Amino acid sequence: MFSRILIANRGEIALRIIRACRELDIETVVIYSEADKDASYLRLADETVCIGPASPSASYLDISRILSAAEIGDVEAIHPGYGFLAENINFAKICRDCGIKFIGPSPEAMQLLGDKVQARKLAKKADVPIVPGSEDIIEDIDDAVKVAEEIGYPLMMKAVSGGGGRGMRIVHNEENLRSAFKSAGAEAKAAFGDGTMYLEKFIIKPRHVEVQIMADEKGNALHFYERDCTIQRRHQKMVEESPCPVLDERTREKLCEAALRIIKKAKYSNAATVEFLLDKDNKFYFIEVNTRIQVEHPVTEMVTGRDLIKLQLEVASGKELEIEQRDIKHTGVAIECRINAEDPENNFAPCPGRIERYIPPGGPGVRVDSCAYQGWNVSSNYDSMIAKVIVHQRTRTEAIATMKRALSEFVIEPIKTSIPACQEIISHNLFAKGKIDTDFVERHL
Amino acid sequence: MAQKDSDLKKIKELIKIMNENDLLEVEIQHGDDKVSLKRFEPQRAEGPSVTPLQVINPNVPVQPAASDNSKSSSASDEVKKTAAEQEDLVEIKSPLVGTFYNQPSPDSDSYVEVGTHVETQRVVCIVEAMKVMNEIQAEISGTIVAVLAENGQAVEYGQPLFRVKPD
Repeated sequence: MFSRILIANRGEIALRIIRACRELDIETVVIYSEADKDASYLRLADETVCIGPASPSASYLDISRILSAAEIGDVEAIHPGYGFLAENINFAKICRDCGIKFIGPSPEAMQLLGDKVQARKLAKKADVPIVPGSEDIIEDIDDAVKVAEEIGYPLMMKAVSGGGGRGMRIVHNEENLRSAFKSAGAEAKAAFGDGTMYLEKFIIKPRHVEVQIMADEKGNALHFYERDCTIQRRHQKMVEESPCPVLDERTREKLCEAALRIIKKAKYSNAATVEFLLDKDNKFYFIEVNTRIQVEHPVTEMVTGRDLIKLQLEVASGKELEIEQRDIKHTGVAIECRINAEDPENNFAPCPGRIERYIPPGGPGVRVDSCAYQGWNVSSNYDSMIAKVIVHQRTRTEAIATMKRALSEFVIEPIKTSIPACQEIISHNLFAKGKIDTDFVERHL
Repeated sequence: MAQKDSDLKKIKELIKIMNENDLLEVEIQHGDDKVSLKRFEPQRAEGPSVTPLQVINPNVPVQPAASDNSKSSSASDEVKKTAAEQEDLVEIKSPLVGTFYNQPSPDSDSYVEVGTHVETQRVVCIVEAMKVMNEIQAEISGTIVAVLAENGQAVEYGQPLFRVKPD
């Protein structure tokens, strides 16, 4: 096991990783930008290194600054968290070249599965149903029109290197297609440095279901069941739960096994999430793989009782997974709500600012993952997530009741947060019945 | 930065003692081990004040610093600072994370020393990051009053390296 690692991230995930490290007796070197100098978790690190000014490009995204910190911090490995450089192939390669272990997949596996078009081809080879779409990347607008006619509208135009819901557009006809081709491509180029696009059939009213995987470097891969992340707003997840309320056991088994086939075929190691769309007939279609630990990983931790961050650290240090698939069980229902510094009444506009009063919820079945505290300044430089509230109970009805209670106890003042919006979603009768799709938020809130 | 856990804990304790007793500088020698800590700007707002340097032995209780006398005659390494002088000084801060070197190579002279006058383009030190030797320029015209980092010390972004009295 590592004796010392560097955490190349911030906010709640940096805290989450510190916690796992403290329990495994791994010393932590935590980087921070000037904007994060008052972060609560820095006092828990063994060493902290200020690496740059507030701007992400000169701090959390700056590979040379991070590696300099790793060098002076004398670390054996780097945990990239999620976002920032977590899925940056170049970063993973440079870490390897510098003799520092990147806690995640190899650059080759990351490249293969991170490229959505290549991932689709691989899924097809692994006998996994994929969303009907373009065989390859779209060369130009004429190619797009031709492929569109073959697959049939409506379509989703997506960025090959996209993520986090960016670089995606729904197109209903050729006119949409022409304008989307330009705008989505430009958005993707700006966000990910790569503007290449591909097309997928747009599945009406789907559910978004993803499978959590952990693979070691000795060829073993395990699944930790699925999460339902259908509640989204503009492709940003708001509420996640496990298990998926509409999946029967047989489909669940097929889904999880399909995810494992893709991961094994890519010779992937460490944490991954394999994403699928589920249509009205409970047929699933592979969309993409996220080659990192995800924001909503606590949902899986609650229903399986496993610590995914610790497993990441163990796998990266060369340990073979000792757990057998049959030993991984899921019990009860877990739901997570993401609490962001946003104003739901103002189209969810970000509301950075100082938290003057902070009282998180607690009690049976409640877990809060957050680095926020009274007096903390929610910065405008980074994403607006303040906290994740996760509940776990024996039944879905009880989990919903606990989440309602927890959200009503949560005090974050005076900034505006998405707590009221989450409350509305959780309390909605359609949510209670499990009758939702990815358009739910836009239609009902 | 790359120090053992126990060393870091001791240093954190020293910093606590410094802050509680309003000390500006502390130097401890224990056989071959030497620790030197310097703090910029005392908390006082009005009037000149002097904090005499105290050499602290970890086995001896700490004496609180005098708050408003102007003379001191304790240890030979004492440094006198007045609040007025402190306010004029400018710090040269590290723009990078890396290792601080005060000389271009082990057997050369230092780039600068206390008392050296520098112009804006003058190279004052190197911060080495990932085997790249980055020359750091003064970016200010003035006289070096204090060297705040030691040769071979790990430094972080924004860490003060020199104190300069501007022209």
